[in-house]
Amino acid sequence: MIEEKHALTPNEWIDNYADYLYNFTISRVNNSDLAKDLVQETFLAGLKSVKNFQGKATERTWLVSILKRKIIDHYRKINSKKGQAEVRMDFYDDGENKGSWPEERVPQNWDNSSEKQIEREELRNQLEACIDTLPEKYAMVFRMKTVQEFETEEICKELGITSSNLWVMIHRARTQLRKCMEDNWFNN
Amino acid sequence: MFRNLKITCDQATTICDKNQYSEASIKDKIKLYIHLVACRICVKYTKQNTTLSNLYKGHAQYCKDLKHCLSEKDKEDLKVLLKKNKE
Repeated sequence: MIEEKHALTPNEWIDNYADYLYNFTISRVNNSDLAKDLVQETFLAGLKSVKNFQGKATERTWLVSILKRKIIDHYRKINSKKGQAEVRMDFYDDGENKGSWPEERVPQNWDNSSEKQIEREELRNQLEACIDTLPEKYAMVFRMKTVQEFETEEICKELGITSSNLWVMIHRARTQLRKCMEDNWFNN
Repeated sequence: MFRNLKITCDQATTICDKNQYSEASIKDKIKLYIHLVACRICVKYTKQNTTLSNLYKGHAQYCKDLKHCLSEKDKEDLKVLLKKNKE
């Protein structure tokens, strides 16, 4: 059986794939300028690698694979930034209370009427504002798992992390988000 | 035997979070339920976590319905840049 070989048409990349790649990126990094930069870097890297294209995948799949590597590079960069990932202590991390709730982090009672107001723009804005307060790597993993609803395996593969790492990040993200929403929405 | 099933609040809430995505194992769920029998704070966390998961699901749907596009100017700038780099 003869396999169809795909060809590259760089002159049509922007018209055919720019929006797709931009949408793909912004759902992961949630920053318009950064998404534009990553898409631009992807096209430039694609141009440099034209000779390596074997035609086995479609042009779009090939460009997405380059973009994924760019996103992983970005993720690794933010992961290694010193001081960037300031993590608040949600539980005692040593001593006889290790793993228990510190008094100031204990969940408070909520006004449950807020539950009915999920459609409200104000609530969405507050939620987005709280997600933005998370360390970038937590925000990214949280968005991919919870907002974009990717499979665990897919996120781990894409970001080069183990599932244990992923669940620790999700837990920390959700614990901090819970506190942020409690302070700014449910008990405000 | 039960010593192996004893967990801290940090571990219990980690399992609770994992369970929100239906990805906690049966053993983890047993550990969580045993912990919840004795910990009212984590019971409250678990209840509120479900409320938050519903909120997140609503937000996820809203985000999925959004389509992001580059502006025409951004596309033109990209075309110029690619052309320059091809030469």
